[in-house]
Amino acid sequence: MIMIFGIPGPLLFGQLLLGLINGAFYAMLSLGLAVIFGMLNIINFAHGALFMMGAFAAWMLLNYVGIGYFPALILAPLIVGIFGVILEKTIISRLYKLDHLYGLLLTFGLSLVIEGLFRNAYGSSGLPYRIPDVLQGATDLGFMFMPNYRGWVVLAALVVCLSTWAIIEKTSLGATLRAATENAPLVAAFGVNVPRMVTLTYGAGVALAAFAGVLAAPIYSVNPNMGSNFINTVFAVVVIGGMGSIMGSIVTGFGLGVVEGLTKVFYPQASATVVFVVMVIVLLARPRGLFGKAA
Amino acid sequence: MFGFSRSQSIAFVLMVVLIVVSPFVLYPVFLMRVLCTALFASAFNLMLGYVGLLSFGHAAFFGMGSYVTAWTMKFWHVDASIAIIFGGATGAAFGLVLGYLAIRRSGIYFAMITLALAQMVYFFCLEAPFTGGEDGIQQVPRGYLFGFIDLSNDMTMYWVVAAVFVGGFLMIHRIIHSPFGQVLKGIRENEPRATSLGYRTDDYKLIAFVLSCMLSGVAGGTKALVFGIATLTDVHYSTSGEVVLTTLLGGLGTVFGPAMGALVVTSMENYLAQAGAWVTVIQGAIFMLCVLAFRRGIIGEIGAFFRLAL
Repeated sequence: MIMIFGIPGPLLFGQLLLGLINGAFYAMLSLGLAVIFGMLNIINFAHGALFMMGAFAAWMLLNYVGIGYFPALILAPLIVGIFGVILEKTIISRLYKLDHLYGLLLTFGLSLVIEGLFRNAYGSSGLPYRIPDVLQGATDLGFMFMPNYRGWVVLAALVVCLSTWAIIEKTSLGATLRAATENAPLVAAFGVNVPRMVTLTYGAGVALAAFAGVLAAPIYSVNPNMGSNFINTVFAVVVIGGMGSIMGSIVTGFGLGVVEGLTKVFYPQASATVVFVVMVIVLLARPRGLFGKAA
Repeated sequence: MFGFSRSQSIAFVLMVVLIVVSPFVLYPVFLMRVLCTALFASAFNLMLGYVGLLSFGHAAFFGMGSYVTAWTMKFWHVDASIAIIFGGATGAAFGLVLGYLAIRRSGIYFAMITLALAQMVYFFCLEAPFTGGEDGIQQVPRGYLFGFIDLSNDMTMYWVVAAVFVGGFLMIHRIIHSPFGQVLKGIRENEPRATSLGYRTDDYKLIAFVLSCMLSGVAGGTKALVFGIATLTDVHYSTSGEVVLTTLLGGLGTVFGPAMGALVVTSMENYLAQAGAWVTVIQGAIFMLCVLAFRRGIIGEIGAFFRLAL
């Protein structure tokens, strides 16, 4: 058996893989938060609840309609995204003239309502969601056995994150979006329908959370608390990365997942807090975050 | 002496009369829960209402105060007054460290940082041996106050809790209406201008934060003493959310709002206890309603109606 720093290789790589998977979720969620914050100037506290709704949408599609995993990967984000668009149109858009903190409070209330409703309907013990047949089993990589589904999650998350980055940074749509983030009235003067853009941005950010939820469904059990377990850590990730850069969110998300995985190997007691410790260090050394713009 | 206006004096007298009369009508243990929540919310309001910084991690200070008071009562057998002082000191110490980190950013970041730091405190409490993990510290004796007042009687305990609340309330009121408090309000309205006038705004914010955390610790400690228990719920972020709701519902930046909010929120929890998860749904709905249509809160609306500052 290979030993690395006195740790058996398979254990180390196994935890690294777990870390990468957590990191994939951190990256997708903090990316959505950053995109929404850029356009709407609110922190979407309901992000965790919408992530959970994505997982539930996949579960419902399978159990009530008989639609399997891969179609759900498209449909669930679409459904939750439309829900997000309705939310933005009816409720959130009323707050743009107020202090940003009200957006945070409103979406916090929203997350309580959503999670409470799901807890009433489905209890909090969690529902199983089967890994699709194609992705069952494991592959021998030589240095470790990798469960196929976990590899798929990392791959899918990377593809989605990088496509989001490419759309925002490399297309003309993204250019308009970035311009509107900098100066909305000016972009509106060029004939762009900024309110519609804001609505669609929220929908897209929410869809991203729901996509992450579907990916998470077979790994964690589908339960009403799965979002709130994640979201606090994701906020720390956002503070560490700073919300200025899309690539920054992706790198910070995956990076912190890996740091967490390594901590699990070398000092398991601290694995729950290591992300917060990193946050403290970043706050002391570089308050605006690793990739944040100067305030 | 405390800088009350005429309307505030009347409201204060009314509140004290209610505090004195209510234990003869209502269940004292329920009222003690209201008073502890009211002190906690008033302390929280000092930050959000008067400095304009939303802390989403106040459960950390409330919970640590609760743990330390429970621990010192149960294992050191100290006087109840000493135990509560320990609770307040713990809140202040945590406030100093966490506040020092959090005030480096403002606005939304401040909220996220306090939330994350409080989550760290939560995980610490989950792992640390002295908190009793999932069980918490149970069967904490109420003991004696000043060595001779036996607190095992609910009514005696009630008067002590009432005194702690009124003391904390007056202290907060005094802070708000002092020159120090005026500077805080100046920072809330326009921080760059306060800086340009020569005020070290970060120092002011940190001192206000520590004071707020100290009183939160006192509230937590008193709660632990009343119910004889300190648990992970006290440090959980849902407690942080609840204190935000309490303050928002009662009236942000009003002196009496948090106490009113505490009465409503605690009653709701008490009478809806059998409704299970619906409590969360209702709380969330009230939260949204407050933000969308009712931003002044109950006391704020009453004050606006009569054109008074309460």
